Amino acid sequence: MAAFRFLRESPLSARIGMAIVLINIAAAILAPVIAPHGESQVVGDVWLPMSRDFPLGTDQLGRDLLTRLIYGARNTIALAFLITALSFLMGSICGFLAATIGKWTDQVLSRLVDILMAFPTLIFALMVLSVVGTSITALVVVIALLDSTRVFRLSRAVAMDIGVLEFVEAARLRGEGTWWVMTQEILPNALPPLVAEFGLRFCFVFLFIAALSFLGLGIQPPAADWGGMVRENAGAITFGIFTPLWPAGAIAFLTVGVNLIVDWFLHVASGLKEG
Amino acid sequence: MVLKRIGLGLMTLLIISMLIFVGIEALPGDLAEAVLGQNALPETVASFRKELKLDLPPHARYFAWLGDFIQGDFGKSLANGRPIAELIGWRFANSLFLAGAAAAIAVPVAIILGILAAVYRNTLFDRVISMITLSAISFPEFFIAYILIALFSVQFTLFPSIANINVQMNLGEKLYAIVLPCFTLSMVVIAHMMRQTRAAIINIMASPFIEMARLKGLKRLRVTVLHAFPNALSPVINVVALNLAYLVVGVVIVEVVFVYPGLGQLLVDSVSKRDIPVVQASGLIFAATYIGLNLLADVLSILSNPRLRNPR
Repeated sequence: MAAFRFLRESPLSARIGMAIVLINIAAAILAPVIAPHGESQVVGDVWLPMSRDFPLGTDQLGRDLLTRLIYGARNTIALAFLITALSFLMGSICGFLAATIGKWTDQVLSRLVDILMAFPTLIFALMVLSVVGTSITALVVVIALLDSTRVFRLSRAVAMDIGVLEFVEAARLRGEGTWWVMTQEILPNALPPLVAEFGLRFCFVFLFIAALSFLGLGIQPPAADWGGMVRENAGAITFGIFTPLWPAGAIAFLTVGVNLIVDWFLHVASGLKEG
Repeated sequence: MVLKRIGLGLMTLLIISMLIFVGIEALPGDLAEAVLGQNALPETVASFRKELKLDLPPHARYFAWLGDFIQGDFGKSLANGRPIAELIGWRFANSLFLAGAAAAIAVPVAIILGILAAVYRNTLFDRVISMITLSAISFPEFFIAYILIALFSVQFTLFPSIANINVQMNLGEKLYAIVLPCFTLSMVVIAHMMRQTRAAIINIMASPFIEMARLKGLKRLRVTVLHAFPNALSPVINVVALNLAYLVVGVVIVEVVFVYPGLGQLLVDSVSKRDIPVVQASGLIFAATYIGLNLLADVLSILSNPRLRNPR
C-alpha cells in the first residue's frame, strides 16, 4: 500500500518517465509477438518511405525499421541491464568490503579505482576492445568494470557513514562476521541512494553501449541494436531520408524517461532542498 | 599542495602508461603471429618480432617504448607502415582545434546561462533552461549531430555535413567546415557546465553572507555578480576544466559522425583494424590530455581558494 501511495503522489514528469520506461520494457519483452516482421528479414526495397506495411519505412538492407527498433530495444536494454547489474554487484561488494574492513583492503581498492577513474572511459574501452576484439563478453566485462568504479565510490561512502552508527557497532561487538555486517546491517540502509544510482548508471551504460555500437565496436550485426542502426543508416541522411533519426531518437527517448524517474527519486531522497 | 598534486598527476600518468603497455602484453597469443597470420614463415615472424622489439624482456621493452614515446617517436603503424608521429601530429592538432572552438563558444554561454538560471531560480526561464539541458544531456551526441545535419545541411543547405579540413584551407574556411561538429559538441558541454554552474551558485547563495547582503537591501543581480560569483569561482573553474577534459574525449564520436580528420577518428579506425601501436599511442595522448586537464582543474581550484592555498 505504501508503494502505491508513493506512486500516486508522483509528479507528472515522473509519470511520463515511468510510461516511457514501461513502453520500452514491454517492447523488449514482447518483441517476437508485436514485431510485424522477422528480426533480420529482408522485406522490401532499401530505404522505403513510411507506408502501411512498413510504418517507419525500411533500412539500408530493406528490413522493416519498426521491427528492427523493437528487437533493438530487446538487445540493447537487456545488455545494458545485465551490465549495470554486474557492475553493481562488483562495485557495491568491493565498496562495502573497503568500508567495513578498512585498512589495507580499503587502500588497495581505493587507489585502484582512482587510477581507473583517471582514465577516460571511452578511450579505455576502445583500447581494451582493440586488444581482445569485439565480443559481447568483452563488452560486458569491460563496461561493467569501468562502471563499477563509480558504484564503488558511492557504496563505499554510504557504507562509511552507516558503519559508524551504533547498531553496526552492536553487531560487531556481538561477534558477527564481516559478511553479516555487510549484508544484514549496511545493505538495507544503503539501498535508497544505490537505487537512484542504479537508474543513473543504467542511462550511462545504455548510452555507452549505444556509442560503442555506433562506432561499430559494440553489438555486431545482424543483431538489431539502436546504436548500430544509426551507424548503418547514417548515409541516408544526406539524401534527406531521416531513417537514422528513429533509432537515435529511441535512445534519447528512453534515457530521458529514466532520467525523469531518477530526478524525482533524488528529489524525494534529498529532502527537497531545491527545485 | 600544488606540487604534490602535480606529482600525483604524473604518477597516475606513469601508471596508466604501464597499464596500457601491460594490457597489450597480456594479449592472448603472439602479436607477431596474429598480425602476420598463421601461414607466415618462421623467418618472417622472427624478423617482425625483432622490428617490434618483441624479442626483448618485457621491462626492457616498456622503458624503450616509454623513452621513445617521450622523445616523440611513436613507432610505426602496423596497417600501413608509416611513422605514427606523422599520422598523429596533424590529427591531434585538428582535434584540439575542434575542441578549442567548441570550448570558446561553450564556456561563456554556459557560465552566463548558469548564473541567470541561478538568479531566476524556479521561474519559467529556469524551468525551460533546465528542461532543455536535461534533454541535451540525455541525448547521445550522434542524435544531436544528425538532427543538426538534417536541419542545417539537408533542409536548409547552409553548412556542410562532412567536416573535411586540410592544410591548404585558411582559418575562415576551416571554421566554416566545422560549424556543425563544433555546435554539437558545445550543446552537450554547455548543458553539463551550465547545470554545474547553477548548482555551485545556488549553493553559495544559501550562505549567511549572501543573506546579509540581501537584508542590507542590495539588488539581486548585484548580490549574485559581486558577492556570490567570486566565491563560486573556485567550483566554476573546476567545472570548466573538467568539462574541457570531457570535451577532449567527447570529440571521438563527433569526429566519426562528421568524418573529421582528427585523433578520435584515427583511434576508432585503428581499433577496428587492430593496429595496436597506433591505438597505444593515440590512447596515451588522449589519456595524457585528459589527466592534464583534470590536474589543471585541481590546481586552479587550489589557487583560487585561499583556504586550500594556505593549508593549516
